[in-house]
Amino acid sequence: MAEPFLSIQHVRKSFGATTVVEDFNLDVAPGEFVSFLGPSGCGKTTVLRMVAGFEEPSAGKIVVGGKDITKLKPNQRNVGMVFQAYALFPNLTVGQNIAFGLKVAGMPKPDADRRVAEMLDMIKLPQMADRYPYQLSGGQQQRIALARAIAPKPKLLLLDEPLSALDAKVRVSLREEIRSIQKKLGITTIFVTHDQEEALSISDRIAVMYGGKAEQVGTPFEIYNRPATKFVANFVGTLNVLEGKVTDAASGKVQVNAQEVSLKGKLNGSKSGDTLSLALRPEAISLGRQPGHDTSLSGEIAEVHFLGSVIRVRVGIGGNTVSLDTFNNSATPPPAVGDKADISFSSGDMLVLH
Amino acid sequence: MKAGKFWAWVVFILGAAYFFIPLIATVEFSLRMRRGVYSFDAYKVVLGDSQFQATFIFSVVVAIFTILLGVLIVVPTAYWIRLRLPQLRPVVEFITLLPLVIPAIVIVFGYIRMYGSNSPLPFLGSNLGANALLVIGYAALALPYMYRAVDTGLRTIDVRTLTEAAQILGAGWGTIITRVILPNVLIAVLSGAFLTFAIVIGEFTMASLLNRPAFGPYLQNLVANRAYEPAALSIIAFAITWGCMSLIQILSRFAPRSANRPN
Repeated sequence: MAEPFLSIQHVRKSFGATTVVEDFNLDVAPGEFVSFLGPSGCGKTTVLRMVAGFEEPSAGKIVVGGKDITKLKPNQRNVGMVFQAYALFPNLTVGQNIAFGLKVAGMPKPDADRRVAEMLDMIKLPQMADRYPYQLSGGQQQRIALARAIAPKPKLLLLDEPLSALDAKVRVSLREEIRSIQKKLGITTIFVTHDQEEALSISDRIAVMYGGKAEQVGTPFEIYNRPATKFVANFVGTLNVLEGKVTDAASGKVQVNAQEVSLKGKLNGSKSGDTLSLALRPEAISLGRQPGHDTSLSGEIAEVHFLGSVIRVRVGIGGNTVSLDTFNNSATPPPAVGDKADISFSSGDMLVLH
Repeated sequence: MKAGKFWAWVVFILGAAYFFIPLIATVEFSLRMRRGVYSFDAYKVVLGDSQFQATFIFSVVVAIFTILLGVLIVVPTAYWIRLRLPQLRPVVEFITLLPLVIPAIVIVFGYIRMYGSNSPLPFLGSNLGANALLVIGYAALALPYMYRAVDTGLRTIDVRTLTEAAQILGAGWGTIITRVILPNVLIAVLSGAFLTFAIVIGEFTMASLLNRPAFGPYLQNLVANRAYEPAALSIIAFAITWGCMSLIQILSRFAPRSANRPN
């Protein structure tokens, strides 16, 4: 990575006896879009608030553009932030809201007016300057909040679950808009979310957080395809987990419901007789034996859900259940519950969870 | 007419009668100063009395300063309690309620002992000092009403998020309070101000014992010595109260709008 623009170094945060963030480290390159992804209470918002200056780290430091900002007040950091609850000032019009940071910074009125118009054009709401926040929809309010955050040209943009309060359709369009504006301005951005689809779709990198720690930091592709921990594998995407028993550690043989699976080179550290959790993404599994798939398991159809273009099938393999999707084909009726069925996959797609 | 509606009207009429009959009686009595005919003589006497004008203006000025002092004390306190020290709220609420349980006469005797002309803080040694003490005393008396009104106003906005949004945009505490918090609780501040005004205009004990030329002692003096003028004065005071309420309604139209109060 080039010289990081934002560097979070060994940051810890405790509230009394409770530690909510433990030894958190992250370097963010200039112009990079990094998402903090994790369940509620994992510490993602606390890290963001420490970067904003609303919380002071119990230990560690935060460096932006080579300058240690750990002890700076929020109003001295030149950071923009968008909140989940929009946080537009109800007493001010849209134009006044966007101009708030410019006015505080002492920008002359004509320049501020020009910048407000520029921002309104950027978020495609040029006619809204005289409206009050209550006259706008949730999506519009959040776009105004984004314009307000960006107007003073901050060094860093922090987005605290900005899409959570919006309905699904607006969420998708707004996240794309946020990403395109971020790319256009090249502003370094931290995005906090608990929605994996959001994080996967717009981030350069994702930090998956759990229990106050970054479980894995990587590109969406890495996070999804090569999860580093069991938590990441379970939290990101849908995952089938099969319990297997190592029969021959040296040659990588594992038994799943008395059927053999070869996982050569993936059993580092395991001994014969150990029980393992093996994971497979639904899209890596096919119903029936398919060419190119070197491993198959036999089971029984447990559930069939017809979803239109896709048929979701759950196959019971001993005590394990595997979920997979097949495309609907008008010439082939879906399988029936209770039918015997084989599933096949490439052993290379199987993950061993530690 | 349904039975429910009938009884609703009965209750309404009884309530209205309870409110209006004494008022109408007072108006009627205030017009009987001239024997045999109705006239506005009592009003003329009251309004033409230089004492009325002087004491009323004095009390209005004191009320304005009391409101300013109350706002200066209460808005930052209530804001800070809500933002940073919510655990102290019961303590602050208890303190703000004290003026309701401690009679004004006790407070004013305390003041006289504490701030007499021989004390280290001789407020009572000069007229200006005594007036300032009166304003401070009134601000204490109005504290329960002002604090509750402002605290209720703060409850309708997301104080923490708005504060953080302003902070991250570079605003300091002064800007946050004057440009973000105060405008959004203006209606609440106005209702607190109105209650303060009502308390100050009619207050007797403190003004009398501090020997201030206020409206309360004038009112008491008039009631003790005249017949028709007190009734006229009551109606005038009533009109002032209603005028204040109308003024608040008008001012509230210019107050900031929010999602909680869109129209």
